[in-house]
Amino acid sequence: MIAALLLVLLSLSYSVGWSKARAFASAGASGAKLHSRPQYHAARLALWTLVPALLVLVAWGVFGDLLSRNYILGLLPADIATQTGPALETAIQRVRSIASGYGVAGELADYEQPAGQALAQFNFIVMLVMLLAAAALGIAGLLFARARITPRLRARNQVEQVIGLLLLACSAVAILTTLGIVISLLTEALRFFSFVNPLDFFFGTVWQPGFATTGAGSSGGYGILPLLWGTVMVSTIAILVALPIGLMSAIWLNQYAPARIRALVKPVIEILAGIPTIVYGFFALVTVGPFLAGFGDLIGVDIRATSALTAGVVMGVMIIPFISSLSDDILNQVPRTLRDGAYGLGATQSETIRNVLLPAALPGIVGAFLLAVSRAIGETMIVVLAAGNAPILRANPFEPTSTVTVSIVNQLTGDTDFAGPQSLVAFALGLTLFAMTLVLNILALYIVRRFREQYE
Amino acid sequence: MSQTSMTSRTDGATTTTARVRATLARRHRGEAIFRGLGILAVVLALGFVAILFTTIISKGLPSFQQSRLHLEVFFDPAIIDEGPAPVHEPGQSDADFRAASLKWQRNLAMLNWNKIVEDAIRRAAPEGFDIDSRAALSIPETSERHMLREMFVQNPDLLGKTVEVSMLASANVDNWLKGTIDRSLGDAQQQLAAPARELADLFAENGTITRDFAWSLFFNVDSRAAPAAAGLAGAFMGSVYMMLIVIVLAVPIGVASAIYLEEFAPKSRLTDLIEVNINNLAAVPSIVFGLLGAAVFINTLHLPLSAPLAGGLVLTLMTLPTIIIATRAALKGVPPSLRQAALGMGASKTQMVFHHVLPVTFPSILTATIIGVAQALGETAPLLLIGMNAFVAAVPATPLDQATALPVQIYLWQGNENRNFFEARTSAAIMVLLALMIVLNAIAIFLRSRLEKRA
Repeated sequence: MIAALLLVLLSLSYSVGWSKARAFASAGASGAKLHSRPQYHAARLALWTLVPALLVLVAWGVFGDLLSRNYILGLLPADIATQTGPALETAIQRVRSIASGYGVAGELADYEQPAGQALAQFNFIVMLVMLLAAAALGIAGLLFARARITPRLRARNQVEQVIGLLLLACSAVAILTTLGIVISLLTEALRFFSFVNPLDFFFGTVWQPGFATTGAGSSGGYGILPLLWGTVMVSTIAILVALPIGLMSAIWLNQYAPARIRALVKPVIEILAGIPTIVYGFFALVTVGPFLAGFGDLIGVDIRATSALTAGVVMGVMIIPFISSLSDDILNQVPRTLRDGAYGLGATQSETIRNVLLPAALPGIVGAFLLAVSRAIGETMIVVLAAGNAPILRANPFEPTSTVTVSIVNQLTGDTDFAGPQSLVAFALGLTLFAMTLVLNILALYIVRRFREQYE
Repeated sequence: MSQTSMTSRTDGATTTTARVRATLARRHRGEAIFRGLGILAVVLALGFVAILFTTIISKGLPSFQQSRLHLEVFFDPAIIDEGPAPVHEPGQSDADFRAASLKWQRNLAMLNWNKIVEDAIRRAAPEGFDIDSRAALSIPETSERHMLREMFVQNPDLLGKTVEVSMLASANVDNWLKGTIDRSLGDAQQQLAAPARELADLFAENGTITRDFAWSLFFNVDSRAAPAAAGLAGAFMGSVYMMLIVIVLAVPIGVASAIYLEEFAPKSRLTDLIEVNINNLAAVPSIVFGLLGAAVFINTLHLPLSAPLAGGLVLTLMTLPTIIIATRAALKGVPPSLRQAALGMGASKTQMVFHHVLPVTFPSILTATIIGVAQALGETAPLLLIGMNAFVAAVPATPLDQATALPVQIYLWQGNENRNFFEARTSAAIMVLLALMIVLNAIAIFLRSRLEKRA
């Protein structure tokens, strides 16, 4: 019904605009020349028609429910209408069901049948009024705009202005998202800090959110340090795995590998970046963890299957392609003359790489390294499954640990009623995480960008 | 004088050559080591890919086959004595009829369907085989009695008839027959009682139990009580809804903002801000988007919890930067001659962009979209925060219904206590997810190679 109305308005206004503009255009040979082509006049007219109609319909969508609710309240007997809570809601719902023609189960109360009929009538009238109002306003817009069509009218510019506004609105979504993130994190974190002293949060060494009671003075369980330590430990292991492998394979693929092998191997390594992290988590849990534990038994070290080591190694595998791809790009950007100069001095290929190429590419590699670190810090599913969730401060990487991301998931899964510090703390953790990765990313981008300009 | 200087010079030369020779050998060794390290790194990286895929595939392949039981089921009127199904009488309201038929179904559910299943198993067992009813009922999956009830609700004429029905064997029987459980373990450690194990073996021999392709894995929804019946259909539909929302919202908004930034934006504080923002958003950890979704979509806007709508919106915001950045790169790659020609012919800037520049970039935008969607498809962490890890035993009919997603289903299954059975299930689900992603990426690569040449 609504769609039909809009379609009718659209086609009507478009064709009216088109025909009027065409009339001017054909008369143009004798008189003034049309500034814009007819379809722009038609589009302008369509905008003038549809926007008012849409505004009415949107208003109806927003307030319509409230209107019918108030009407029902007037129909209900006084003793029910003055109630609140579920009883009232059920009564309203029953009247609505009767009005919709579906009916309700069981005996009808005296008032319900007439109330339902009255509501059906009321709904019908409201809808009719709304549709008529939308149509009338649309037509009014149409007539108003049509009257102003002249050959000199800059219809194209007007239409393009609207398009430009739409485009700007779309780009604003990115800002809105960032704002949304920052505001939601900040407000919820501030609410959390009204329960727990920020000092205890940032410098506390005990993470036991489940056991702390709500209220002031009992904030011993919300120390972030064990989580930060676990995050740092897992990320360090990940980088220790990914940096040598990623960097060396980038060097080999870039400098040594025959073109055909490079074309084959590079995409295969990049597959690693596209695998969902939940898959890595499962892989760590059922394959890598038991393997590392067995290996530990073999050499006489006690390694737990779910540990910082397991999570770190698998996460390292995940970020290999980030490091190798970025390093590859950066090695490509080192000018040929630098390399040729080193060869001219009699350096071997590896000496050239180590003494000329790598130092020249160093800032870029540092940038890649920082990006990989920020990936590792923000990574969630691998550590949720494979790190063992033991938020305790200890240095042994063979023991289970916990990270900031794991704790966010634990505190917020299944519970989105942000009443107590138990769930609000997730936002304070998220804020910390956001700040950490933001700083790392900005630093990395800054370094990479600075380096890019060097040879231009 | 000159003589001595000559000899000393040759001496010097020979020592230098010797020194160079010695160092050269060392340098060549260093070269070989360095090169070897490079090859080692590549082999390691490739090895990880290979190990990952072989373990997932070798673990998951068995669960694409599942044991099924083929039984003669007698719908015994002595047990099913609930009277005929209610009919819609004239004058009765829809709601009243619905209540009546729900009551009838509820009464049916109270009947002893287990007895019917048990009788069918006893009839299939060899003459004189002694098995108690608990052991007998542990052979078919527990959900199958509901399946019989559903059959009867759909077709009440079955009363008093005998039909052949194919049922899922229980997860324990499946494990036993596949050998996933160590057969030599003592009675106490076995999930199945001794007579049930014996009967399962007998059934497997005489063809009452066959191993078929596990269609239920694809067409059933998740199930907690009946592990063998658990399937991916619900999670798959949840993922499909979310991907649709991502495509419908992220692509137009992303392309529009890329166009604005690349073509129209004046160099101002505001556009600089937008630019920095987008780069940052691309690097924000996914779980932070989950926090945003929990706070804004669930807690402030009160969108339904666990619904694909909220999940799709969160994933849309995550995918936007990917699409914006890719589209901007594509727009940058359009040659200036094209723009100048359009402008020279009297086109306005908007016409130039929408009629000439944008069509050239369609292939790139398309591939970026597919890659962004593939990323969103594999995302798990933010969905956990908006409650999409709730247990849902129905295929969501609309994006507003409760649902899970494929990666979340994997997360739920890996945590299931019945490890023997669910480790394979999880691997199989992972294979489905990976297959989807590979297909998406292959389409992207195909489109890129196909379309970009033409442009």
